[in-house]
Amino acid sequence: MKRIVTGAHYGLRDWLAQRVTAVVMAIFILLLAAMLLISPPHDYASWKAIFSDRWMRIASFLFLVSLFWHAWIGMRNILMDYVHAAGIRLILQILVILSLLFYTVWSVEILWAVELV
Amino acid sequence: MVGFICDHAQVVPLSITVYTNPWMQKPTFSASEKLQRKRPKYLDLMEIRQPLPAVVSLLHRVSGALLFFPGIPLLLCSFDMVLNSPQGYAQFQSLLANPLLKGILILSLWFFVHHFCAGIRFLALDLHYGGTLEQARLSSKVVLAAGIILTLLISVLMW
Repeated sequence: MKRIVTGAHYGLRDWLAQRVTAVVMAIFILLLAAMLLISPPHDYASWKAIFSDRWMRIASFLFLVSLFWHAWIGMRNILMDYVHAAGIRLILQILVILSLLFYTVWSVEILWAVELV
Repeated sequence: MVGFICDHAQVVPLSITVYTNPWMQKPTFSASEKLQRKRPKYLDLMEIRQPLPAVVSLLHRVSGALLFFPGIPLLLCSFDMVLNSPQGYAQFQSLLANPLLKGILILSLWFFVHHFCAGIRFLALDLHYGGTLEQARLSSKVVLAAGIILTLLISVLMW
């Protein structure tokens, strides 16, 4: 098998990770939706109250990390399908990874700044 | 000596003579068949009518790409605004009063809901549920309809 740097991992790992992260996100979204339906927050204070709970912050962060991981696998699949020049594909894949790392740090900042305000 | 010859004969796998037949003729094509094979492929994207499961799959991919960009940065921006200052929250509310931005939000919501529903369909297919042609067609109809209905429902609930 010819393996190239920007190719897939030639195995089940990413396929499985994409599905596991999807399930994690789906559970979080359904629970959040149920929560918002039961007691809809109408102002800033009520939104802040939801996310000042430690476990809510951890769950949200888990959701966001799953989202970024899922997005990486999906974007990589798309780039592998449509961008055939290895150099351009590598650059685009690096940009995707860097943006997702940036989003991860930003998520921590957003979630753990709630208390400080 | 005889035994040696027998052993040697056994080493030659029988299957080779069966599967790689050097006398097998290559397929030949008549003149009209050759002409047909040279015809250009019909790839007018506006004219190709894809089956519904293909539409659902394509929309899943397109919505996925759009949810990555500009979806994720917009989500984090809004999250940051809503959570981290009362001014940001008020600013976000006033942004949503703009009908154009409201429309964009509803469209984004549809991309998300469709991606969600189509994703659950793909998970079911991975688990070998709904693999027959009729089931696949039905479930793709359900996914498309659910995406639109849920989007409208959530939009109504939000306002």
